[in-house]
Formats: sequence, structure tokens, C-alpha cells
Amino acid sequence: MLTQSDESQAKEAGPVHIELRPQAQHAVDAPPKLRARDVNVFYGEKQALFDVSLDVPEKAVTALIGPSGCGKSTFLRCINRMNDTIPTAKVSGRIELDGDDVNDRSIDPVLLRARVGMVFQKPNPFPKSIFENVAYGPRIHGIATGKRELEAVVETSLKRAGLWNEVADRLQAPGTSLSGGQQQRLVIARAIAVNPEVILMDEPCSALDPIATARVEELIDELREEYCIVIVTHSMAQAARVSQKTAFFHLGKLIEAGNTDEIFTNPRDTRTQDYITGRFG
Amino acid sequence: MTDAALTPPAPTPADLRVAVAARLKARRARETRFRWYGRLAILTALMFLAVLLGRIVTQGYTTFIDYRMSVPVYVDPARVDASDLAGAGYDLLVADAVLAKLGEKDDEFGSASGKVMELLSTDLGFKLLQKLRADPSLIGKTVTVTGPVRADAALYYKGEIKRSTPQESRKLDDRQIAWLDKLKAQGMVSSGFNTSFLTRSDSTEPEQAGVLGAVVGSAMMLLVTAILAVPIGVLAAVYLEEFSPKNRWTAMIEVNINNLAAVPSIVYGLLGLAVFINWLAVPRSSPLVGGLVLALMALPTVIIATRSALKAVPPSIREAALGVGASKTQTVFHHVLPLAMPGVMTGAILSLAHALGETAPLLMVGMVSFVPGVPAGLTEAATVLPVQVFIWENASERAFHERTAAAIMVLLAFMIVMNLAAIILRRRFERRW
Repeated sequence: MLTQSDESQAKEAGPVHIELRPQAQHAVDAPPKLRARDVNVFYGEKQALFDVSLDVPEKAVTALIGPSGCGKSTFLRCINRMNDTIPTAKVSGRIELDGDDVNDRSIDPVLLRARVGMVFQKPNPFPKSIFENVAYGPRIHGIATGKRELEAVVETSLKRAGLWNEVADRLQAPGTSLSGGQQQRLVIARAIAVNPEVILMDEPCSALDPIATARVEELIDELREEYCIVIVTHSMAQAARVSQKTAFFHLGKLIEAGNTDEIFTNPRDTRTQDYITGRFG
Repeated sequence: MTDAALTPPAPTPADLRVAVAARLKARRARETRFRWYGRLAILTALMFLAVLLGRIVTQGYTTFIDYRMSVPVYVDPARVDASDLAGAGYDLLVADAVLAKLGEKDDEFGSASGKVMELLSTDLGFKLLQKLRADPSLIGKTVTVTGPVRADAALYYKGEIKRSTPQESRKLDDRQIAWLDKLKAQGMVSSGFNTSFLTRSDSTEPEQAGVLGAVVGSAMMLLVTAILAVPIGVLAAVYLEEFSPKNRWTAMIEVNINNLAAVPSIVYGLLGLAVFINWLAVPRSSPLVGGLVLALMALPTVIIATRSALKAVPPSIREAALGVGASKTQTVFHHVLPLAMPGVMTGAILSLAHALGETAPLLMVGMVSFVPGVPAGLTEAATVLPVQVFIWENASERAFHERTAAAIMVLLAFMIVMNLAAIILRRRFERRW
């Protein structure tokens, strides 16, 4: 039975403690963690997103689905302002993280990205040791200083990511020496080491084999009890397995969003219906 | 009879196979020919290289063999005054000792000793003076001094001056040659590896000339060039590639930098003369001004090499760093630049190796003078290896020609070492991603 979550943890805005956040029940109808209102994105002259408005709940997995090129990744990258790195990209509209507009001038993207972590499609660990990969974020943000604190953070993060048992004896090995699935879990460990509130995942399993995919999905399931997760996926089966809320994009517009069960069993829009049943995309 | 154009029958798969097989022979032949062209090109290049190196080595290796003479000299107290050691005629003293060894007597004009002195290096007399200075009690005793034979005598021993040429056209006359043979037979002359070539600086006497001053001058100059060109170049490239906005001005800067890399080096020499020497009063002919000029020359190359190394770093690394919350500067210096290091180091070391061999700009800033010693500091007059080669090549003594080739060998060795260093450093810094 879903209960209203007890908002017992404080929203920290600076260096945070290393202990785990207290487990809390998720509720899709609690106040949304992210609110997007009328988001338009242009790449030069070409418009990629048209008036997208979406609520993303806390402590749940929201899946963004849709055919290739429909703007899901673009929307995802707006949330942590990764589109800033593209010189021709222009973003308009409001995206609120806990009520604060992320595009506001007073928000430093560096701090924003410590609150909103990202996992990319192709695993991209730093070409440093496994330890360094996970310790880098906490070190530069001042979350953990000194050898012991860093070791503690690394161990916690790798355990949460389900990678600790496999790499505990070779933390100095390069991150790139792991298999694809392990690398992706390392990247997830790297993302959670800075204690984010939101984790964005851009097709995290598309480069992995089914067994590695299953492990990552298991991990996502565990992580959703603490973090708000937004996942872009091409696989509808994955969306159905993993998410609680689903949003369907098509040609830059948000067509439909709602509880995963409802979307997949009883979609309101015909385009959603067509996509889900495989008639296109 | 009615239809003019009869369409040819469509080719069957069998026909196609035959056509493909027929073409195959021609294609294979073309490929083989192309391979041979490639092999030929490489062979030609290697041949030229072999000829060049062979010529240099055969001309220069004799420098590293020197002939030394050990002469027991009786220090006549009548000729050497302990209170004025420097005033005595040591060269004559040594010549007389050699004449005595040869069993000859000098005539009243001293022509025999004069002829003998042409076979001996002034080094012998100098060494004798040094020994006496250290221990004046040696006056009245017999002191043995060892020193190189004079340049022409050494050339005779090495076979460059031949007895077969008529006497008027060679440097040594028959009498001197006879003496040289006799001295060798007596065992007073020995040959060995010429370390003094590497431990002594330039001199007017070929047998005493070495490359040490030039090597030290080159090293100092390279130090100045490296300290200036590498940090400025790398940071400029990092700024241009990662931080600066991409607009018309930066495009113009990029074009200009590429052009500067192609400017003839002598123009940089003129710039050095006008700006550094005349306006900023940097000491002429010093490693400092040479280093400044060459740093300007090396800068565009370092910038271009660093930029292309930075471009080669995949954007996924930058995204990963930014995604974790690194700032732009942290992304560049903690992640991108370390990955670009192999390319950056190669570019830096190769541009320095290039600078090492530059001669024209240095001639313009005055490094063409005769510098007999090792420069003690960055602001003292110095010479560099390629300029030393240039100076010796223009010298009149024949013995300098073999030294020119030997100096070129030293220069080439220097460059090989630098290129090896580039390869080793690149391997060490290479990280796989």
C-alpha cells in the first residue's frame, strides 16, 4: 500500500554527509521533483522540442519513450543543462528542480550537476583508476576530503551500485579495463558518489548485453527508493519493467504522460497506441 | 528486320562471374605495381639517407682518433725563470726536446726547431707551463708532457696528407714527414680516442678545437626556448580550443597562427635583431636572445600540435566530467589535457628538435662569432652546434673539415636522442580509453 512519503530528509545545498539517505516510500502523486513548463529547444534554426510540459515525481522512475529523433534525449539534457555545451542550442521555458528554475542566472551549472547526475548511453568511465573514477566527484565538490573519507565514499557508492564485490580487490585498475556492464555500473557509482537528488539516464542499457541489462535494471529498481530517476529508453519492455511513470514523445512534442500501467494498457492518444503496439517507431 | 534496337540479352550470373574473374587479374596486377612503387619510394629515401649519413660518418669519424705525442722536456734553468714562468718560450723548449730526440741539431737561424714547432701543438707548451706553475721545483728536471700533434701532422698520420703529392702542393715538406715517421717509430706518438673533441671548446688550432662550447650553448638556448615556447604554446592552444568563443576573430587568429608556422626562419632572426637586440637591449649573441627568437619560431608549431591533440580527445570524456559537476577548467585540466598529453609532448619535443637545428635566425642575432669558451650564463656570448658547423666549414685549415663532419654527427646524435625522448615520453603518458 502506498503511503504519503515522510519528507524527513533535509534538502541540502552544500557538502553533504556520507551516510545513506533514509529509505522512504515513493509516491507518484507526491509533489513532483521536477516540473517542466513550456520547454522549447532550438538547435540553431531547427526546433527540437515544442512546448513540453511534464512533471517528474520523486523517488520513482520516469521513462521517456518515443521513436528516434523525437527529442527525448534533448529534454533529458535540458534538466542538467548539458545543452549548454552545444553552442547552437537555445532553451526556453521553465524547468524547476524543487521549485528553482535550473536556467536561472543565479544557478551555477556546476552545482546543479552535482544535484542532477547523468549516465550516458555508452559507458564513459574516466581513463583513470576505478577508485579515482568514483572519488573524483566527491573530491572536487568537497564532499569528502582526505584519504579515509574518500575511501569510505568509494566503498559506499560501489556497494550501492552493486559493483563492490567485483572490484574491491583491484580498485587501482583502470576503469576502462572492466566489461561493458561493469563500466556502466561504475558510471552509476560515479554519479551517486556525489549524492545527487536526481539521476538522468540516457539509454543506459542500449550498449549492454541482456544479462548486464538485467543487472542494471535491478540496480535502477533499488536506486529508485532514494533518487528521482529519469530514464530514456528505446525498449518499451524496459520502460514497462522499470518505470512507474511514462512519457511518450513524438517529433518533439510530448504526446502523453501518466502511470506506466495506464499508458501501456490503456493509452489515450492513438499515436501512443500505435507506437506501443509497434505499428511505427 | 522491323525493330532497330534489339536490347542485348540480360547477363546471366555465369556471365558476370566470368567478367569479374577477367577483371581480377588486372586489379591484382595494379595492386602489385602500386606496392612496388611504394617499396621503390622507401628504398630511394633510405638510399639517400644512407649516402648522406655514410658521407658524414666517413668524413667525420677520423676526428675521433687523435694522435698524441709524449715528449720528455728538460727544463733548462737558464731558460726558465721561476719568478716569471709565463715569460719563457715553452714551445721552443719542447721543440728543442723533440729535436734532441730525433738526433738532429738546430742551425743558427733556428729553422729546424721552427719546422718542428709546426708539428707540435701549442698545447704541449701550455701544459708544461701549467705543470711548472703547480710545482716550480720541477725546474732543472725533465718533465714529460703529452699533447696532441698539430693538425697537419695528424692529417699525415691519418693518411690525408700523402707523400705522393709533390712537395710544393702539400703542407708538410719531406723533412717534416721523415721526422714524423721517426717519432712514430720511436714510440713517442700514440693514437687514441679523441675525447678532447667533446670536452673542449672552439679554438683557432684545429687539433684543440672541440664542440663543448657549442653543445653547452645549444643546451642553454634550448632551455630558454623550452621554458618559453612550451607553456605559452600549450596554454594558448588550450584557451583557443576549449574556452574562447568561436567567432570571426578566433578564426582569423587560427589562420594567422598557421601562417606564422610557415614564415621563413630568417625573418624571425630579423625580428630578433630589431626588437630584442636593438630595442630591448638583450645581449647580442647570447643564448637568451637565441632562445627568445627560437621560442617565437617554435610557438606556432606547439600551438598547432596541441590544438589537434585536444581535438582528438573524444567528447564523451568532456561530457562525463561535466556530468559529474566538474567546471570547464577542471574538465580541461583534469581530464582533457592529460589525455592529450602524448600529442602535446610529441609536438613540443619535435618543435624543440627543429629549433635545435636552426641556423639562419641565429646568424642574424650574432651567434656567428668565434667563442672560445663555454658560456657561463644565459647572457654571455655563445655559439650553437649548427652555427659551429657553419663556421668550421668556412675555415681554411683542412683539419677543420673533418671536424665539421664530426660536429654534424654530434648534432645528429643530439636530435636522435631528442626524438627518442619524444617517443619514450609519449609511450609513458599514453593512456588507453
